[in-house]
Amino acid sequence: MDKKLVVSSSPHIRTIDSVQSVMTDVLIALFPAALMAVLLFGYKALLTMLISVVTAMVVEALWLRKRDLFSDGSAAVTGLLFAMVLPPAPPWWLVVIGAASSIIIGKQVYGGIGYNIFNPALVGRAIVVMSWGTRMVGPIWPQPQPFAFTTDISAVTMATALAGQQEALSYSYANYFIGTIPGCLGETSALALLLGGAWLYYKGHIDWRIPGGFIGTVFLFGLLFGGGFYGGSFGTGLFHVLAGGVMIGAIYMATDMVTTPVTTTGKLIFGIGCGLITMLIRLWGSMPEGVTFAILIMNGLTPIIDNFTIPQQFGGVKKSA
Amino acid sequence: MNITVFKGGVHPDYHKEVTATMAVTPMKAPLTVVIPLQQHIGAPCEPLEGIEVGAQVKMGQKIADSSGFVSAPIHASVSGTIKEIGPYNHPLGRPVQSITIESDGEEKWDEQIKPAGNLDDLSAEDIRKLVREAGIVGLGGATFPAHVKLSPPPEKKIDIVVINGAECEPYLSADHRVMLEKPEEIVFGLKAMIKALGAEKAVIGIEDNKSDAIRVLEQVTAEDENISVAKLHTKYPQGAEKMLIQVTTGRKVPSGGLPLDVGIVNHNVGTAVAVSKAIKEGKPLIERVVTVTGSGINRPANLLVRIGTLVSEVIDHCGGLKDNTLKLIVGGPMMGLAQPNANLPIIKGTSGILALTDEDVYLAERAPCIRCAKCVEACPVTLMPTMIAQAAEHTLYSRAEKLHALDCFECGCCSYSCPSKIPLTQLIRIAKAEIMKAKKK
Ligand code: SF4
Ligand code: SF4
Repeated sequence: MDKKLVVSSSPHIRTIDSVQSVMTDVLIALFPAALMAVLLFGYKALLTMLISVVTAMVVEALWLRKRDLFSDGSAAVTGLLFAMVLPPAPPWWLVVIGAASSIIIGKQVYGGIGYNIFNPALVGRAIVVMSWGTRMVGPIWPQPQPFAFTTDISAVTMATALAGQQEALSYSYANYFIGTIPGCLGETSALALLLGGAWLYYKGHIDWRIPGGFIGTVFLFGLLFGGGFYGGSFGTGLFHVLAGGVMIGAIYMATDMVTTPVTTTGKLIFGIGCGLITMLIRLWGSMPEGVTFAILIMNGLTPIIDNFTIPQQFGGVKKSA
Repeated sequence: MNITVFKGGVHPDYHKEVTATMAVTPMKAPLTVVIPLQQHIGAPCEPLEGIEVGAQVKMGQKIADSSGFVSAPIHASVSGTIKEIGPYNHPLGRPVQSITIESDGEEKWDEQIKPAGNLDDLSAEDIRKLVREAGIVGLGGATFPAHVKLSPPPEKKIDIVVINGAECEPYLSADHRVMLEKPEEIVFGLKAMIKALGAEKAVIGIEDNKSDAIRVLEQVTAEDENISVAKLHTKYPQGAEKMLIQVTTGRKVPSGGLPLDVGIVNHNVGTAVAVSKAIKEGKPLIERVVTVTGSGINRPANLLVRIGTLVSEVIDHCGGLKDNTLKLIVGGPMMGLAQPNANLPIIKGTSGILALTDEDVYLAERAPCIRCAKCVEACPVTLMPTMIAQAAEHTLYSRAEKLHALDCFECGCCSYSCPSKIPLTQLIRIAKAEIMKAKKK
């Protein structure tokens, strides 16, 4: 009995989950949307995603002076998410600059994973939108061409469905649901995004309150104030949920663990806040879409939300102030 | 009776199947036992008069006691000669004054030990006395003196006794076997508790991964209208008193309060058996059931072991440790205490000896908190483990206190569920100690 025994504090067993396994689950969840992007937008979409993911991983590895490219997987997730909110066929340098900004300005300058305040992929997106606006907004969106892998889709471009009522009305619910509409690379297919969301929910990595609060609020606002142009008020509510970045934002961006509240109530507030700001921008703002800024603003409010929503401890009584 | 679930908690791998079907076998009394004078929460005991090196003692003879109310006397677990009185290793990690007895191998019981008579003829006070004199403490691991829990202050009316048969710690099966093998004794002990407390009814809470035990106890209590068996959805830490009371009775023990604040007293199934033995046979607590298991144990078993048997002897009895054993734990994997070696005695609160090999020991490489909230969701008392741990790391103990660190009962769920492998429970434990230190000043 002279073995070397480890003495440490309880508990002595740990979950097999790790940061890497969580990030891998997120990548798996994004697979349907990535596949859909390739089916709709062809090889250009695939290239965009590859450039973005590789740039993100390389920049992170260089910054941290690590040899392991994949490491905890978070850079790959950021890279893929950033690609998903780009137009399907942007110039390669824009992808590289944006992905690198996501990692450096969105994440590493704050101290790396866990310490960043804003969603890195959306920071990257905000930077390219502000720097090269004409390549990110306006009628620059290629038309989806299902199963035409080798076609260069950048030839024909148009505005997104959020640009105006006429554009919105040119697509059916089926178009919106499957994703055969112009839009960002990974945001168009509600079906693919929901599939991935179901996986994340099943693995316990997202709480329903964020996407629920977000999507619910968008729907409600669309129903009440959308003007009922798309098949009545109800239809207009649904339109606002399916068009643009609400789905990808609600399921993947607003659920980013690091930049959103940890309290249960806080998550609901966060989701509702995102939905509210998105709709304020869409309905009364100067831009057609507001998901990116809605989430970034709520990211900034997260510490405050957390602090005000700390739950009562078991058997505790509220102190009357 | 089917019941609600409590908030939070985790579902670790249970590994109970290894020993769940193994009947309890008595381990032969060892040649020497080392009996610590502190095996309970409360005042430590002092050796009685005449208990000194060289003195002869009988099995079951009281050898140490304390005048403190919150305390439990200690008895010789073998007959023989006292060899030494001095500090010895203890599961808590620091040496404790202990009495070493060399057995004469004759197993002679103390002559004063005799059955206490019929339960109907005993008063509440008699029962409390018997329980105290038998040195019974909470056998689930809490080791709170049982007679104290049976003596609530008069202004607290107790109406329900809750019996803990949850055994929610992974790996352990001692309580499971006790429920299968001694159901009548559990019910007898429970009836004595009901009588001592003047309670109206009792609930025995058992997790549904022990359905055979549920069936057995349902059968045994079929005639007793005031005793029910609650089938609980398996989840750790179901056996924690606040959780168990909530799921079996729907009552919530207040923060900082005790079960008796909501009219409840809870005891472990093993404790009920000990009470039954103390009344029916007059025998004090000198042995207990211990599960010896884990990937590092060659021949896992459920053993009936004399208090004071050295862990090393128990392990040898079970075929020794495997070469790649990395951790030796007294208790379960969630709340048990890791030991540097096996040279320490089994005490009243030792429910398990767990040896884990390098395959099962996670030598945590820590990553930054990714704010995934898994610790928040896992905390059964709805604390914010990540925030408290962060406060502790920055030595902001008053912030930790504001975040109710003192409500943490160190169940380990937060650490267990953290993907970044942050030692949350350990950090919160430090915060608690610092808060208590500051309070004493
Ligand atoms: S160890 Fe404490 S903080 Fe962590 S889950 Fe258990 S009670 Fe909550
Ligand atoms: S489980 Fe770990 S990583 Fe997740 S929020 Fe809690 S401390 Fe942070």
